[in-house]
Amino acid sequence: MIYIERPFIKGGWQVTHVPITTGKTFKTKTPLKLKTKRTLVAYTFLTVPVLFFLCVRIFPTLYAFSLSFKAQGISGFTVINYEELFKDSAFWRSVLNTFLYVIITVPLQMAFGLFIALGIERIHHLKWFYRIIYFLPYITSTVAVSWVWRLMYDKNTGLLNHILSWFHIPPQGWLGDPKEALISVSIVMIWQAMGFSMLIFMAGLQAIPRQFYEAAQIDGASKWKMFWHITFPLLNPTIVFLAVTGVISALQTFTQIQNLTASSGGVAGGPLNSTSSMVVYMFNNAFTDFNMEYASAVTVTLFILILLVTLIQLRVLNRSYEY
Amino acid sequence: MYKKRKLDLGGLIIHLLLWIGIVIVAFPFIWMILSSFKSISDFYSFSFLPKKIDLSGYKYIFHETHYFRWYWNSIIIAVIVTASCIIFNSLIGYVLAKYKFPGAKAIFITILCTLMIPTEMLVIPWYMLSADLHWVDTYWGIMFPGMIEAFGVFLMRQFMLGIPDDLLDAARIDGMGEFKIWWRIAMPQVKPAISALGIITFLGNWNAYLWPVIVTATDPMRTLPVGISLYSTGDAGGIQWNTIMCMSTLAVVPMIVVFLFFQRRIVEGITLTGVKG
Repeated sequence: MIYIERPFIKGGWQVTHVPITTGKTFKTKTPLKLKTKRTLVAYTFLTVPVLFFLCVRIFPTLYAFSLSFKAQGISGFTVINYEELFKDSAFWRSVLNTFLYVIITVPLQMAFGLFIALGIERIHHLKWFYRIIYFLPYITSTVAVSWVWRLMYDKNTGLLNHILSWFHIPPQGWLGDPKEALISVSIVMIWQAMGFSMLIFMAGLQAIPRQFYEAAQIDGASKWKMFWHITFPLLNPTIVFLAVTGVISALQTFTQIQNLTASSGGVAGGPLNSTSSMVVYMFNNAFTDFNMEYASAVTVTLFILILLVTLIQLRVLNRSYEY
Repeated sequence: MYKKRKLDLGGLIIHLLLWIGIVIVAFPFIWMILSSFKSISDFYSFSFLPKKIDLSGYKYIFHETHYFRWYWNSIIIAVIVTASCIIFNSLIGYVLAKYKFPGAKAIFITILCTLMIPTEMLVIPWYMLSADLHWVDTYWGIMFPGMIEAFGVFLMRQFMLGIPDDLLDAARIDGMGEFKIWWRIAMPQVKPAISALGIITFLGNWNAYLWPVIVTATDPMRTLPVGISLYSTGDAGGIQWNTIMCMSTLAVVPMIVVFLFFQRRIVEGITLTGVKG
């Protein structure tokens, strides 16, 4: 039996069965049906997943939008949630805090990640060991490590104030002090995220061809010049990627704040809303006060922020997706 | 090139700096383990080492809490969701990469668009849906939002595009069914992507907090992170530091051991998804 493949006019390949003298006859399917059969198979495979995406992602999104324009006791659509939201100083505080988390944590976790990656690339021994240890915080449970940090931050018996006392620095309030609480939460976020930056930077550094450095060396370029004119420009895609993913996840900060600052009632964001983020504000409204409509308005605002970041990402990355 | 015979001063300084960093990065873990062996009275005044090894925290979580039930819940949920993601994400990725049919582009763009929707926006409708369908406080309620994941679809499609069509056609000629071609021919070709997808899905679900804290209502149904978190904030008689540190240690140390065993795989997987995605 011989099979002849020939290109179909509109792309794709078709298989035609050509029985030769074996004495048996073969059932052959007509070529035209093959394309419809493929389409049918594709849709059979995709039915459940497409329904899933519609029911679990698309419809809930639309529902959240419409919910944000409703209010208890008011029939029809209303913008009262947004009016109240924009009047609430606690909301603006949480927006400000969210931006502060982004501005503080993203550059620092990337800078630390880059320094560690450059350091590890430069040396010859123990590379794997450094990589493992620096990466550990990223894979461990945020809840568990947040509680460890909370213990170390403790004002009276915590480790950090004890270490400060060695240098005769007065004990700090850390999470208990409205002025320091946001920085304290940010430290935990940076501690956990910088291992990821390091890993991605190491992959980026390894992708840079050695020849560039060798050529620069022949031309007598200094280490410093090589970094600014070879390493840094070629790391640009890595930097953009880390900046965008970092900003998006910092905008959604929740678990650290909830576990570092929640009081025994379970309400987080204190002291005096100084650590509350937009997601914490949403969570408290939706699942402590059970005002789902109002909380939906918060999530719509957050959605628009994240959408803006994503659009900027698409613009900056200039990556063309082939569909 | 570096003069290797001479003392590499720059390298030594880097080693020194990296060691300082290691002490800072690793210390919370050491502190956690040390604290888990302290008695509750050790937390009232500062001490580095436990005054004497005290296992009452471990005994307490063993006898008085649902800790191991939480552990079991987390394992079940992470395993099932990971298996589902591996199967469905790669099947969708495969179909979108390797079949030409009307509507393929529209479906792919729709799935990509859902990547932009933050989970925070969906939890409220999910919760209302779960309440209506009595899914609150069930395994299915915790698991259903993650069963198929848009990023995984995108990742698998990228890798499936690299499989030569000739290979699949050859299998078709041999009379293999379409489903079997995907499972037996296509899937083995993208093993690194599957292991990467499995690792990030498992880690994500193992550490998930926002949705499980919303959808679980009774103590035995909590996942590990949610259980630890609610135990720690829920106690009226002050924070039980020694018990909390025991819970954290038992949650973190096995993860570290697993990570050390599979660190090459895990590091490669996370790099792969980070760079490809």
